[in-house]
Amino acid sequence: MTTTVPETRSQIGRSHPRRDAREKLRGEAQFVGDMVVPRMLHGKVLRSPIAHGRIVSIDTSAALEVPGVVCVLTGSDLHDIDPYYGHSIKDRPIIAIDKVRFHGEQVAAVAAETPAAAAAAVDLIEVEYDELPVVANVADATGPGATLVTDRESKPGLFHGLGEIPPRDGNICYRYRIDRGELESVFARAEIVVEGEYTFPSVYQYAMETHTVIAQVEGDEITLWATCQHPFLVRAEIADLFGVPIANVRIQVPYLGGGFGSKSYTKMEPLTVALARKAGRPVRIQNRVGESMVTTRRHNMTCRMRTAATSDGRLLARDVECLFDTGAYADNGPRVVATAGDAAPGPYRWAAYRVHAACVYTNLAPAGSYRAFGATHLQWIGESQVDEVARRAGLDPLDVRRDNLCTPGEEVRAGGKPLDADLIGDVAKVAARVGWGEEKGPLVGRGVSVGLLAAGAHPVSSAICRLEADGRVVVLVSTTEMGQGPRTAFAQIAAEEIGVEPDRVTVRGADTRFSPYDRSTGASRSTTIAGLAVQRAAADIRGQLEAIAGTPDIGPDDHLELMRKHFGFAGGELIGRGEVAPVGTGSYAEGPVFWEVCVGAAEVEVDPETGFVKVRRTATAADVGRAINPQLVERQDEGATLQGIGNALFEEMVYEDGLLLNDTLLDYRIPSFEDLPGEMTCVIVENGDGPGPYGAKGCGEGALAAVPAAIVNALADAGVPMTELPLTPERVWRRIQQLKEEGTWQQ
Amino acid sequence: VDVAFSVNGREVVRDLEPQELLLDALRDSLGLTGAKRSCDVQVCGACTVLVDGLPVSSCCYLAADAHGKAVTTIEGLAERPEFARLEEVFTRHAALQCGFCTPGMLLTVSALLEQGDLVDEAAIKHELAGNLCRCTGYRGILEAVAELATA
Repeated sequence: MTTTVPETRSQIGRSHPRRDAREKLRGEAQFVGDMVVPRMLHGKVLRSPIAHGRIVSIDTSAALEVPGVVCVLTGSDLHDIDPYYGHSIKDRPIIAIDKVRFHGEQVAAVAAETPAAAAAAVDLIEVEYDELPVVANVADATGPGATLVTDRESKPGLFHGLGEIPPRDGNICYRYRIDRGELESVFARAEIVVEGEYTFPSVYQYAMETHTVIAQVEGDEITLWATCQHPFLVRAEIADLFGVPIANVRIQVPYLGGGFGSKSYTKMEPLTVALARKAGRPVRIQNRVGESMVTTRRHNMTCRMRTAATSDGRLLARDVECLFDTGAYADNGPRVVATAGDAAPGPYRWAAYRVHAACVYTNLAPAGSYRAFGATHLQWIGESQVDEVARRAGLDPLDVRRDNLCTPGEEVRAGGKPLDADLIGDVAKVAARVGWGEEKGPLVGRGVSVGLLAAGAHPVSSAICRLEADGRVVVLVSTTEMGQGPRTAFAQIAAEEIGVEPDRVTVRGADTRFSPYDRSTGASRSTTIAGLAVQRAAADIRGQLEAIAGTPDIGPDDHLELMRKHFGFAGGELIGRGEVAPVGTGSYAEGPVFWEVCVGAAEVEVDPETGFVKVRRTATAADVGRAINPQLVERQDEGATLQGIGNALFEEMVYEDGLLLNDTLLDYRIPSFEDLPGEMTCVIVENGDGPGPYGAKGCGEGALAAVPAAIVNALADAGVPMTELPLTPERVWRRIQQLKEEGTWQQ
Repeated sequence: VDVAFSVNGREVVRDLEPQELLLDALRDSLGLTGAKRSCDVQVCGACTVLVDGLPVSSCCYLAADAHGKAVTTIEGLAERPEFARLEEVFTRHAALQCGFCTPGMLLTVSALLEQGDLVDEAAIKHELAGNLCRCTGYRGILEAVAELATA
């Protein structure tokens, strides 16, 4: 079933050391917060202490008296532009205008000579609010007579990528629906029906480097140094907001201290530009952790799901209704909901399924992208129902998957890309790594999970390779290096194509004035799509060298002589160009570029006295088509696995009536060394079935959807079925007490 | 207040505000940006530096309290001969991704190696639990530190 690629390429499939290791290990790598721009001021933001209210007045007079304060920005400063933005829906003001809609919304911003002066001035701003009813959750938001979070009409943003955005329906800003087959009649004849109600919490991405932006405005030229994953999309939104040509906005992105989706699309950039514009000098705004938490977060969600099957475990139909809490502004909510909708059925051969997903405004902080969005939300639910089908049918969960999963080439979404991965092989591999079928003690459980994530986003990327007169190669590509290692992988790809060692290749980051267009760094797309652009740019150089030589038979030592022959002196450079554009329209309906595989397994142990769940073993499948750098692939899966353990077991932003209660790392816990499972395995699967260079496809997100689902299934296997994440000791202990009362506690 | 301390082996005297944090003094007054600001509450370890050889969270340590003491940052550690081995082993295990936690992690590891506290895997996990890394999933770091500890 699996075909292996017997390539004997010299640079591909080798774990070259990270190109950025030296800089980063020595503390020399520059992040935005390390940079100083001449005449730079320090910005500090006053944020709303309430979740919903009318701004009656803002008094900035005392703040302006603080020595060193240059200016204070409020909503009344933005009358010369249309101050609303949002890449999916233009619903968000640069800074609060008349109303605040979430705890932590930006109300005023100070620019001062020192951070201390800015902080002192923020404390002196007096704001009077007239509090409004708080829409605290999706039930409030969708109930009869619900207070409206916004009364603006839905105006589509520049990059929603979702066809037509329908008008807002009360607090619902977007719906995604799929209806396939005769759902009710299939349910009516099913022998097994599993159903339940589930909740998923609000989660903080915690990129260790908080959102940080330096902005400088000179006439109609806007320059930014920003922690952004998608500089070209931010550039377009800034140009649109401030009414300048796209090319007048220059965004430079140094290293990012983690992203995970939290730095995708536009975040703190508009406010920093507006403050710098008013100050007439460059300004840096650096969020604190509590501020980044309310800048973007993972959607909390409620879901009702039911699954129909025959008594011998054949899956028949699935019905999913889910409400995603996108907070006060849509951010990337519509895309998250669409991707969740695609992930909801799971990659099985259904006779019928129905998905009704909605993106709902509330008075919580705006929610957007976080690694494996959509899939993480729903895979644990769907896969727990598949396991329940197996339990009722008396079958091994692995056998139910083998008998029902789609195989390569089968349809997984009507009109979309057929399945491009061997899921049955993948799940068997990870199950074996956690001891599937072996003896185990009481209170120990094992689980597997399988899912797909629509990956790749819109496939537009470009790259330029420059072969310099000293034989070195510079690759210009606008992928953001936020830890995932594209500069290393791209150096290998360029080296492979041109025929040099990777240490002769330097890969630069994004500076939108000079580096060519790349849609974004996210959706596991960089190696696949930007990598393909790099491959083409490097192949272009190789082609030029061969044309100059008149033969393909050239080695790296011939390059300088060939260039000297071509240019007639010791200068000049060869420029290679690589471009990736959509096949077809590139639309979401025709996509995705590839299906990212989300397959994992876990073994857990539960302590019934405390409810504490210990993860003993995990295994994930990195089904990458072709591993350009196997070590970096493994490290991606390991990082996603730990985030998955955090999402499953303890990470949760706790809200009460719209107020965020745990906005520091003292009470929002991030996985530490001590949360590492006893064994953590990543199985690399290379079937050469990806659309990227050498058959590669992206990775790094799937494990974050697969691991929580596998943990939930393992815990159910240990006797504790759960319908609410995270699996905190208190929740698990309460569930065990409930099972004892019902007489269904098996241990 | 006048604060006199040694930073990476060089004597430094600065007139600092009494409430100034060591992290800000290092980053803003001395231009040593290897120590990073993240959680501000002594949880994440990104701001770790050594004071008289022991790791401290410089985000919660007053600069004035460093008076008369020896501070080592990643910039200083990187100048020491023993750093070459740390660098080689961390690189070989790909024990870093975004690099934001890396300076603090290395300073903690170097101090623990010096003290001989990293006797086994459980000890490494326990001792390093005060240095968070959101990218790597820790396994590469664990492998690297285990190799360094047994060498």
